[in-house]
Amino acid sequence: MLNFRCLSVGLIGLLGLLALAANAQTTTRQDMRKSGFEFMGPSTQAMQKDDTLNPGMLTIKDGEALWQKPAGQSHKACVTCHGPAARSMKGVAARYPSFDDVLKRPIGLSQRINQCRVQRQQATPLRAESADLLALESYVALQSRGLPMSPPNDPRLLPFRQAGEQRFMQRMGQLDLSCAQCHDANAGNKLGSSVIPQAHPMGYPVYRLEWQAMGSLQRRLRNCMNGIRAEPFAYGAPELIELELYLTARAKGMPGETPGVRP
Amino acid sequence: MQQTSSQTIEAKTRRAVLASGVGLGAWVVLGTSAFAASDDLAAAISSYAGGAAVREGKVKFEIAELVDNGNVVPITVTVDSPMTADNYVRAIAVFNEKNPQRDVVKFTLGARAGKASVTTRIRLATTQKLVAVAQLSDGSFWSHTVDVIVTLVACIEGEA
Amino acid sequence: MARTLINIPPTAKRGEIIEIRATIGHPMETGFRPGDDGKILPRNIIQRFSCRYNGELIFSAEMFSAMSANPYIAFYTTAQNTGTLALTWEGDGGFAQTENVTLTVTG
Repeated sequence: MLNFRCLSVGLIGLLGLLALAANAQTTTRQDMRKSGFEFMGPSTQAMQKDDTLNPGMLTIKDGEALWQKPAGQSHKACVTCHGPAARSMKGVAARYPSFDDVLKRPIGLSQRINQCRVQRQQATPLRAESADLLALESYVALQSRGLPMSPPNDPRLLPFRQAGEQRFMQRMGQLDLSCAQCHDANAGNKLGSSVIPQAHPMGYPVYRLEWQAMGSLQRRLRNCMNGIRAEPFAYGAPELIELELYLTARAKGMPGETPGVRP
Repeated sequence: MQQTSSQTIEAKTRRAVLASGVGLGAWVVLGTSAFAASDDLAAAISSYAGGAAVREGKVKFEIAELVDNGNVVPITVTVDSPMTADNYVRAIAVFNEKNPQRDVVKFTLGARAGKASVTTRIRLATTQKLVAVAQLSDGSFWSHTVDVIVTLVACIEGEA
Repeated sequence: MARTLINIPPTAKRGEIIEIRATIGHPMETGFRPGDDGKILPRNIIQRFSCRYNGELIFSAEMFSAMSANPYIAFYTTAQNTGTLALTWEGDGGFAQTENVTLTVTG
């Protein structure tokens, strides 16, 4: 029942809120972005944080071995040209996808690795999502762990990034959902019993518990498209690279986590 | 506006799951076999203990109450024991209630272990009970039972 | 040869209780799962893990389909003499692999 006390408390509360709001406008806007890591349970987080527990490290070790292994007609290994990955690959994954001068379009890290194999090692390209390609991609991405995602400022990337952004906002599939509807508007809310993360690409390739295996960002995007009953884009499709480009720009500055662990 | 979108998403997902028949089917199967599963579990434990009495206590079964994904569930089983030459843990076994098979893993330890604690990762098909059973050097059996909630992924994603 | 991750402390004092963490890359195909054609995929799991310390069995595990892929086991032992820890995994299809690590014990 409304009475004088109720009204006065309400008024004071309202004035207090207005004061806070005024204050907030003058301070820096808080970065509300959170890695998928923060949406996981403590035991899954522990799996990622400790290299002796992280199942992704199996793939990393494979990548480390492949880095040293001569390939193709050239009989050169990655290490022959690049030297130790910890030095030469530091920060590289954080700058992908990047613009390829010859193809005149953006390419992802795994595509760049295959380019190197074909052109410089005279070796056959590795199949998308194959164990070896995932291993190399993971090993290179490991060298950007802890480093901020740094999408290049290259103006040539702009139209592709915008195409990716448009696709992120666009409804798709039989469920007629856009990425943004879940991952922007409903991040932190529940879909069934799962908490919806913000869909940042750090940590990829990732050891996903659902797969009980390592997988790329493209595999995860294809899974999502299946989930909303849309025909998934093929591995390496320009639409997927454009989405990757947008996602990495959206996550700019957030630290790399490869090898990530996700539910 | 936000509330409406999330309700729409949940409603659409429910429709999708029910339409596919998967969710409904699993429910029906579990409902009818609930009692049989618990009997099986008791039988598996009894068989492991060779018919000896299995008492609750001394064993601590650590597991998340709500798991992130039923495919990879970390567990730790620790048994309160001095682990001396005369008084140690011989073995630890883990059993489940509703997987296709009751056995999960059976460890063999010994006095040299120093600490009666094992950690591993297991698969759980659904929400169920789990039991850790320890055999001590004096031949006695001890156990700890836990309840775990396992949910399926919200999106049925295929193997893309 | 499957990839393994084995972690033990670099050195240990005699009598110290140490933790051994071991992971092996293996699909642990349950034998309950249908393939794309609807037929059940045959079981392919690691069934046994054992650890020998200078030849003496100090720990073993009998594993079933309910163990996750890329199985991880952590257990303890008491450091006695410097020597070899031999970790062996055996399973379906004649799978057998042993990895040796040296445990350095001081004092």
